[in-house]
Amino acid sequence: MSAVYKRIKLILLVIALIATSGLVQSAQAAESADSTKAFNASEVILHHVLDDHIWHFFDGHYGTWYLPIIVYTKERGLESFSSHHFYNENHEVVPFNGYKLDHNHIYLEATGEQVLDLSITKNVATLFINAIILLLVFTAVARGYKNNAGKAPKGIQAFIEPIIVFVRDEVVKPNVGPKYEKFLPYLLTLFFFILFGNLLGLLPGASNLTGNIAVTATLAIGTFIITNLSGNAGYWGHIFWTPGVPLPLRPIILLVEVAGIITKPISLALRLFVAITAGHIVLLSLICLTFIFGSIYVGVGSSLIIMFINLIELLVAGIQAYVFTLFSSLYIGMAIAEHHHDDHH
Amino acid sequence: MELLTPESGLFIWQTIIFFPLVVLLYFLAWKPILASLKERETSITEALGTAEKARLEIATLKSDNEKLLKEAREERDKMLKEAREAANRMQDEAKAEAKKAADKIIEDARLAINIEKQAALKEVKTQVALFSLEVAEKLMKKNLAGDKEQKDLVEGYIKELKLN
Repeated sequence: MSAVYKRIKLILLVIALIATSGLVQSAQAAESADSTKAFNASEVILHHVLDDHIWHFFDGHYGTWYLPIIVYTKERGLESFSSHHFYNENHEVVPFNGYKLDHNHIYLEATGEQVLDLSITKNVATLFINAIILLLVFTAVARGYKNNAGKAPKGIQAFIEPIIVFVRDEVVKPNVGPKYEKFLPYLLTLFFFILFGNLLGLLPGASNLTGNIAVTATLAIGTFIITNLSGNAGYWGHIFWTPGVPLPLRPIILLVEVAGIITKPISLALRLFVAITAGHIVLLSLICLTFIFGSIYVGVGSSLIIMFINLIELLVAGIQAYVFTLFSSLYIGMAIAEHHHDDHH
Repeated sequence: MELLTPESGLFIWQTIIFFPLVVLLYFLAWKPILASLKERETSITEALGTAEKARLEIATLKSDNEKLLKEAREERDKMLKEAREAANRMQDEAKAEAKKAADKIIEDARLAINIEKQAALKEVKTQVALFSLEVAEKLMKKNLAGDKEQKDLVEGYIKELKLN
């Protein structure tokens, strides 16, 4: 009993540390904002939720990681340089080499035209980190199966295996149907990419990768492509000439069904983006309360609430990964299902 | 609404990272992991099936054994009973035979004794007669050697006769 109690205490302590380190970081951000103008909570929050060309950990000379800029324009071709060049000694944005940075978008100074920005931004860097973690973790898990062949799972393998089995048996198998094995690698990658991305986003100073619409849209497009490429005759028949519907209604249903093809991935992308970004905004808003009121008591109170919200965010990280995978499985399952028109409609 | 406009750069990076990641993880992780999981599950299912079969076999073997034991016990009891009966019968028979033999021997002996007795009696009579004769002869030979004695004897006899 006391061991469990100790473990809970340890977890709470870790969460408190995470919450307060976020607080300190934001406090510093807010202070630096405060020195120039009045505290603007929505600006601070948006700045933390959006992508950036630099990775700001803490104030001071070594507190910022200047990420590489990669830009492409028809006129000048592909060019690459450090984002350090966009900032002067006072950490003010300055133009460099004919490019200027404005609200995280890069424009040509001469024409004001926006360039194709392939920079390693905060989110791209997190994307790399996420991919590397996934590769390291799952090759380790696969190695576990090779080394412990015929034995009980051990270490990280034992930790990850129940999650893999859960995704396979509870999410993919019942929703995709008997041909689930073909889609399992994609759906497992999807699940763990989102889960690890969500958890990475909860770390102090981390970027909001899975709360970025470009990322969630790409994932949704993946599901969209797989769903429609594997769609069978029954699936397309349902869309273009819905059986069991009176003839005059069929063109209307056609419009609805075609819209449905598009709305499915849009709902996937928006759901994940909203859930994760909203969570971050809630956390940041609570942090900002301290600076709006300028009171240490509010700070203590909001820290306690942040601890609690952080726990919920951990839950949300898992739930959103689960939901995205669940709906992807459902859409794929609907596209490949063998329809029997006699027993429904 | 900067939040809602996807940035093309991140979109491109996400595409060129995520989809190759699916392929990479398929070969490096999912394929071996899922194969091992499946293999383990089938081996567990098989092991459970075999165990259940073995259990059933043992149960039938046990009941067979019990049946055999019961049969053997019954057989033994039957054999013992039969043996006891046979022994009793043999004992009785032997007793009866022995008695019969003994009776016969006794009877024979008695007969033989009687015959012997008769023979012995007869012999004794004969012997006695012979002895008597010999005695008589000797007496006669001795007594009739002198005339006087012959005369005495005759006179004795005559006397006896006369007296009678």
